[in-house]
Amino acid sequence: MYPVNYHRAASVAEAVNLLASEDAKALSGGMTLIPAMKTRLAAPSDLVDLGHIADLKGITVSGSEITIGAATTHAEVAGNAALKQAAPAVAHLASLIGDPHVRHKGTIGGSVANNDPAADYPAALLALGATIVTNKRSVAAEDFFTGLFETALEDAEIITSVSFTAPERAGYEKFRNPASRYAIVGVFVAKGADGVRVAVAGAGDEGVFRSSELESALSGSFTPDAVAGVKVPADNLMSDMHASAEYRASLITVMAKRAVARANS
Amino acid sequence: MSDVSMTVNGKRVSAAVEDRTLLVHFLRENLGLTGTHVGCDTSQCGACVVHVDGKAVKSCTMIAAQASGSTIVTIEGLAEGADLHPVQAAFKQHHGLQCGFCTPGMIMAATDMIARHPEGLDEATVRHELEGNICRCTGYHNIVKAILAASETMSKGAAKAA
Repeated sequence: MYPVNYHRAASVAEAVNLLASEDAKALSGGMTLIPAMKTRLAAPSDLVDLGHIADLKGITVSGSEITIGAATTHAEVAGNAALKQAAPAVAHLASLIGDPHVRHKGTIGGSVANNDPAADYPAALLALGATIVTNKRSVAAEDFFTGLFETALEDAEIITSVSFTAPERAGYEKFRNPASRYAIVGVFVAKGADGVRVAVAGAGDEGVFRSSELESALSGSFTPDAVAGVKVPADNLMSDMHASAEYRASLITVMAKRAVARANS
Repeated sequence: MSDVSMTVNGKRVSAAVEDRTLLVHFLRENLGLTGTHVGCDTSQCGACVVHVDGKAVKSCTMIAAQASGSTIVTIEGLAEGADLHPVQAAFKQHHGLQCGFCTPGMIMAATDMIARHPEGLDEATVRHELEGNICRCTGYHNIVKAILAASETMSKGAAKAA
């Protein structure tokens, strides 16, 4: 790791000020950034630690409105009793990230801001029609995830929380790379007041995306059988040493089927 | 440089370290606590697992300065004098190690796992929860046996204490 200057921010305002310096990066759980710095893929001049800002932590469930603070860890999301009741699919998704030790450190805000194409949370937020709240504004998930590792975040803009309305039913299933355990394909299905939304992680060559084929199939009947025969086009899917675009297309249908079965169970 | 201070195995320690110092290097090189191992150095193998404020984390993927102000427990902090911690005793009894390199991380992961499952553990849960700890000798069978035995002993101990 190259030398770096560490700063611990006590508040969001302080963090924003510290991030104004050139090449500074925000550090949340560090589960992606620190490994990237160790391999010198990332070399920020300054690290601004958001991990000790109380305002960024915690989960609020108020009726069907859910807000999760950006610095809330995956373990906290997975274990939160109120969230498990209101949106069990989101808690389940969090329980599938990394391993127990990684879930103790990694945060929802860090995952969302990084927008790794194989990350799980972006699929949930897109399918739930969530809002990403920053120190400056609120952005719809639809407009937030703009490409591979790209988001609508500007320089020195920090995610403070994400919020969404609890769906009537939702489910998430992923097919993991057996070595890295990252999603080769992950599918989040959600049925809410505005209809059915399906978002796919791990597969799109521009990152997370909604599948209109699966959404229209499930709008008629929200059952595994309704998607079983859907052919998802392989255009614009990633092809790499782990899986071809065609294989990913086939996995999307299979994961959607399993996600619907889970949502209905 | 960062001034870091933390409580490690019950003792207050402080030092000035380079900001990029990883927690695992601080423990091993500044404090001489070499029980915590560096295996893969890529957050996968779990040989570096320690407890930070009561939670198992991978100390190779945390900067020492992040942990400043925290309470840390490493493998050296588990036994009470000559009395092994129940998880250590179970690993000894069930031969839950072969070369021993992964053992400190396995034991720190196991104590965290047992604490998070006061209802008790079954084999499937233990195997699933060991997802972040790799044994290159592939000696998982006895590791799982040891963790199940320790979980049993510890729940009996807790019942007695109550």
